[in-house]
Amino acid sequence: MDKQTNTLMEESKKKPVTMTGAQAVMESLVNEGVEILFGYPGGAIMPVYDALYSYKEKLNHILVRHEQGAVHAAQGYARATGRVGVSLVTSGPAATNAVTGIADAMIDSTPVVVISGQVGSALLGTDAFQETDVVGITQPVTKWNYQITRADEIPWAFARAFYIARSGRPGPVLLDITKDAQFGSLEYLYKPTVSIRSYTPYPIIDPGQVEEAARLINLAKKPLALIGQGVVIAGAEAELKEFLEKTGIPAAQTLLGLSALPSDHKLNVGGLGMHGNYGPNLKTNECDLIIGIGMRFDDRVTADTRRYATNAKIIHMDIDPAEINKIIHADAPILGNVKDSLPMLTSRVSNNEHEEWLEEFRACYRIEYERLIERELYPEKPELTMAEVVRRVSEAFNDDAIMVTDVGQHQMVAWRYFKFRQSRSVITSGGLGTMGFGLPAAIGAKLGRPDRPVCLFVGDGGFQMTIQELGTIYQSKVPVKIVLLNNNFLGMVRQWQELFFDHRYASTELINPDFQTISKGYYIPSVEVTKRDDLDKAIKKMVSAEGPFLLEVVVEKEGNVFPMVPAGASVEDIILE
Amino acid sequence: MRQEFTLTIFSENRVGILNQITTVFTRRHINIESLTTSESAIEGIHKFTIVIYSTREEVDLLVRQVEKRIDVLKAYSFSQDEIIYQEIALYKVPTAALFEGNEIEKLVRQYGARILEMTAEYAVIEKTGHKHETQELFDKLDPYGVTQFTRSGRVAINKLKKEPLNSYLRKLVKNGVNPDVKIDTQ
Ligand SMILES: Cc1ncc(C[n+]2csc(CCOP(=O)(O)OP(=O)(O)O)c2C)c(N)n1
Repeated sequence: MDKQTNTLMEESKKKPVTMTGAQAVMESLVNEGVEILFGYPGGAIMPVYDALYSYKEKLNHILVRHEQGAVHAAQGYARATGRVGVSLVTSGPAATNAVTGIADAMIDSTPVVVISGQVGSALLGTDAFQETDVVGITQPVTKWNYQITRADEIPWAFARAFYIARSGRPGPVLLDITKDAQFGSLEYLYKPTVSIRSYTPYPIIDPGQVEEAARLINLAKKPLALIGQGVVIAGAEAELKEFLEKTGIPAAQTLLGLSALPSDHKLNVGGLGMHGNYGPNLKTNECDLIIGIGMRFDDRVTADTRRYATNAKIIHMDIDPAEINKIIHADAPILGNVKDSLPMLTSRVSNNEHEEWLEEFRACYRIEYERLIERELYPEKPELTMAEVVRRVSEAFNDDAIMVTDVGQHQMVAWRYFKFRQSRSVITSGGLGTMGFGLPAAIGAKLGRPDRPVCLFVGDGGFQMTIQELGTIYQSKVPVKIVLLNNNFLGMVRQWQELFFDHRYASTELINPDFQTISKGYYIPSVEVTKRDDLDKAIKKMVSAEGPFLLEVVVEKEGNVFPMVPAGASVEDIILE
Repeated sequence: MRQEFTLTIFSENRVGILNQITTVFTRRHINIESLTTSESAIEGIHKFTIVIYSTREEVDLLVRQVEKRIDVLKAYSFSQDEIIYQEIALYKVPTAALFEGNEIEKLVRQYGARILEMTAEYAVIEKTGHKHETQELFDKLDPYGVTQFTRSGRVAINKLKKEPLNSYLRKLVKNGVNPDVKIDTQ
């Protein structure tokens, strides 16, 4: 950073300083503690990029290869660190390219701020070059959005945007800045937002609700806790552990709740949902109490809601009032931040153990292991399975890497077989199921947590949706490890075609390029493995590589992910093969 | 049970706020029967009155989803018997028709309507009431040649002792949030 901007910053802390809108954008970012942004320049955002040129040392700008990647990278950063991810894009096509990422962040409650350039305010609504109504387009997929048309609105709008993005149930915020607002001048003084009169991010917990939930817990013979991402977002992992260990309640995790509890914790009974574990699904209709903690009873978790938790009372703990009774009626809701409500609950419940009940989950796991897991992890056929690759990779990272995935079969397999020791280790597109999420999200995660290994699992289909981000990896030297599970199919769709559409493989076979040559073109070291005997050596090479690495493993073409709760079925109809 | 509900929504007066509110309804495929919007009794706070047909469960969820929009302060739902409401209707008839007998005048009296304005060519009749009442008058006037007819959305007042928004604003003060408006803190 040059001298001029340095002094500007110091002075702006005390009294207003005259500067341009573009400079105010930089100052606001610095004031919010932003260190990194992911973006792509263009006409309507050029003044901001010009200002960025003087802030190089304070703000690390990562030039991506597509605006979708800019938002996914910001998401990966946010999910790995718990901080707000920031992307910077221009108007029109750039803003619309960002929409997929914004929608993904919305449904997965990820704090990101997307800054888009806009045509000059005098041109708004005239179909000007690269004008698009991005505020209108993103309205349903943002937590908040705002069009800035005057330079003097910038500090206010930024303070509000960051406050909204990260507080309560986090989510994406879009700020659309007209070009004249970037050029204009203002008296800059930054005041962080501490409250908004129309917004209650942290509802006050009603002790009566906690009391009632505690009563149900103390009565329950077969309770089951469902752990969602809310626990991770709240940073309530320790509070969760304390609650579980006092009550002895078995806990299962949603797709995004995974890693809130270490894989080997004795009360961790596995994953929920369509491709979750056998026990948690089967036992959902046997248990007498469900405690949903920071989760939203997504349809991939509940399957048919009329035949869900048929014998159970429901406790639902969530920060978002709109989630209570949305899908499943709660007998005892606890509205509030689980970081605060969990300790209140823990102090009111009795010490307990549910040894026999836990043993039932272990028995289910043995069945799942014998009928399914064993042959997935130690197959007798010559073809490699996704599961064995995932497990070997997990072990090579000492079960302590950040796992990023794309969307498809490999996502479900990675989620099932990767193991975790610490929280914030799962970064995957849950609610939206966005193919192409993985590669840019891994970049963001690694830049956010350079101290931890970041390992991406990606399919040959999804890889090609954002493959250009290999350029970002090369240019910005991001040491992510990429495991490409290549089955030469859009595997997950092919599986559905096999099971539910009579093997009619309509447009799911991929004639792929040579990924090794592509990797070489981007100067990223790579290895291709086709035989089991070569796997461990290749993994070792990847793990010990200094920089980025692509490990392509050619796996069986027509493998299927099991167990599975078929669409429209009940959780108890889960099938193992 | 599906029935009529009146929602009152208080929001910031911000560009695009109407769109923010209506997308919540569109997403759930709920048709808006009537919509009125204006500044509320509290300066700077906007009030929407929206009428829909729905079930209690769905309305409760809608209210929470509307409130989730950052710029919405509070939303409330009321069933038919929890509010007092009115609509206003205007009818334009040729002045000549008025002089062709006393039928129109009789209808105006009978329906508690009034003549708002009269020129050489036309007269404008105004009636407030519920939709079926303003509709009934329209049906009666139409044979005399109604040339224009328009009806407003609903305005409503709830039967609660106090405006619930005030207690929300007072709670803000208690929790240390500046509500930025003048409220009675009783
Ligand atoms: C953007 C997008 N388009 C389409 C889909 C539908 N879809 C879900 S999984 C899948 C197949 C993914 O194939 P691949 O990336 O090869 O992974 P695999 O399932 O083989 O592991 C498709 C097409 C999607 N989720 N996202």
